[in-house]
Amino acid sequence: MIKLYDYELSGNCYKLRLFMSMLGLEYESVPIDFYPGREHKSDWFLRINPLGQLPVIEDEGLVLRDAQAILVYLAARYDTSRQWYPVDDPRRLGEVSQWLSFADGITATASAARLHDGLFYDRDIEACRTGAHRLFRILDDHLWFGEQEGCDWIVAGDRPTIADIACFPYVILSEEGGISRQDYPAIRRWCDRVKRLPGFIVMSGVFPAGPAKAA
Amino acid sequence: MKTADRAACADPILNEDWHVVADLASVPPGARFATKLLGVPLILDRAPDGTLAIHRRDDGATVVSRERYGFAWACLGEPRRDILDIPEALETDRHLVTGGSVGVAVSGLRTVENFLDMGHFPFVHTGWLGEEPHTEVEPYIVEITEADEVLATECRFFQPVASPNASGGIMVDYIYKVVRPYTVLLYKTNPLETDRKDVIVLFVQPVDEENCVAHPFLCYLRTGMEAATVRWFMQLIFGQDKPILENQYPKRLPLDPRAETPIRADASSVYYRRWLRDRNVTYGAIPARA
Repeated sequence: MIKLYDYELSGNCYKLRLFMSMLGLEYESVPIDFYPGREHKSDWFLRINPLGQLPVIEDEGLVLRDAQAILVYLAARYDTSRQWYPVDDPRRLGEVSQWLSFADGITATASAARLHDGLFYDRDIEACRTGAHRLFRILDDHLWFGEQEGCDWIVAGDRPTIADIACFPYVILSEEGGISRQDYPAIRRWCDRVKRLPGFIVMSGVFPAGPAKAA
Repeated sequence: MKTADRAACADPILNEDWHVVADLASVPPGARFATKLLGVPLILDRAPDGTLAIHRRDDGATVVSRERYGFAWACLGEPRRDILDIPEALETDRHLVTGGSVGVAVSGLRTVENFLDMGHFPFVHTGWLGEEPHTEVEPYIVEITEADEVLATECRFFQPVASPNASGGIMVDYIYKVVRPYTVLLYKTNPLETDRKDVIVLFVQPVDEENCVAHPFLCYLRTGMEAATVRWFMQLIFGQDKPILENQYPKRLPLDPRAETPIRADASSVYYRRWLRDRNVTYGAIPARA
């Protein structure tokens, strides 16, 4: 069975729990005392991931770190629909990779702001928030133009991709870093659509979609 | 001029009391940590041998400090009483762990009040501390004790996963005790040793009037439980409360009885607010109109 080195309040761990739930995959969660225990910096964990970061998975002898890399692996290995990671469509595949990298930018800004405010990480909070707003503006514009073409997801197509899963957690948790989503209506609608996907689960700080509204 | 006279807070009951200002696990020997208490910016220094010293960042004055229960404590004035005594912390068959200190953008009084509330369990802690249709808060008893604490007893609630070692839903007995304006304890039936209780203490640090840090201290019976699991569960639950707390408006706690409309399930909150009012606690509150 897949083993996930896991921390409840980590958005990057959540995106893997979320995706495995959507794929219907069983896994074993190994809770790491990330805070305040700093177990991810302990000797035993550094042998698993020398970067001292979560998440990490183990599957059939493979040890893989980096949330985005793990999404790629899980989709390519277990998604029989071949929709989440469209390996047969080079243009869309390129776009997915582009937005996976964008998700790392969200981690570096919105997630960093959340760690500063909630867990007292030493960060330049104004730079984190400004950076997050810049990315959210780009994402909101992109989603808005997509909606005009009838597209619900980050990468054009009928079905969501791992780009949606990669970007979702630290967008939906942004207010814990003092980053309001009030000025991003297309992002808010997209978050609601993600919450209505089959297999959607929450983490602490994320709430399920409200009752469906008429459009 | 005494240090307390220069504090932003005008309440002697707070200026002359001890407050947790950091989990020592986050300030290892040799490290510095900046925080605020009652609006006063502080710097914590731990010498390489672990010795703790706390200074004000505005004028450099030394602030009295202690280490206890794994936390750093500070008092801005002359402490009029000692740090809270927790008898369960002396019992050797318990895990004593800091739960992970979390910053919350709301008055610490709001955080204490939310901790006392059972009505939100099915809606905020869905599938853990409550679930629909078990939403009823049965009548319970609230009183002010001779030791001047707010005590709520005979609190009962159905919980699907009351504790990390619970197997299936159980009816849980709770006792709540507010012992200081920013300190609240919860005694909760242990699922395995039903004649004993796990204790969760929430020390709330008033950073300023609209920001606080929740410092949980957990005294859980060891039977069938790992210390890391206790922490995991506490953070799971408190992580669900945090966005709810941060969306409360106003951010300070209104003490005027006319400000909000309570129902019977809010009896502990009504007592808590009245108790704060009678003790002239204003910091983090919107005082009652005369």
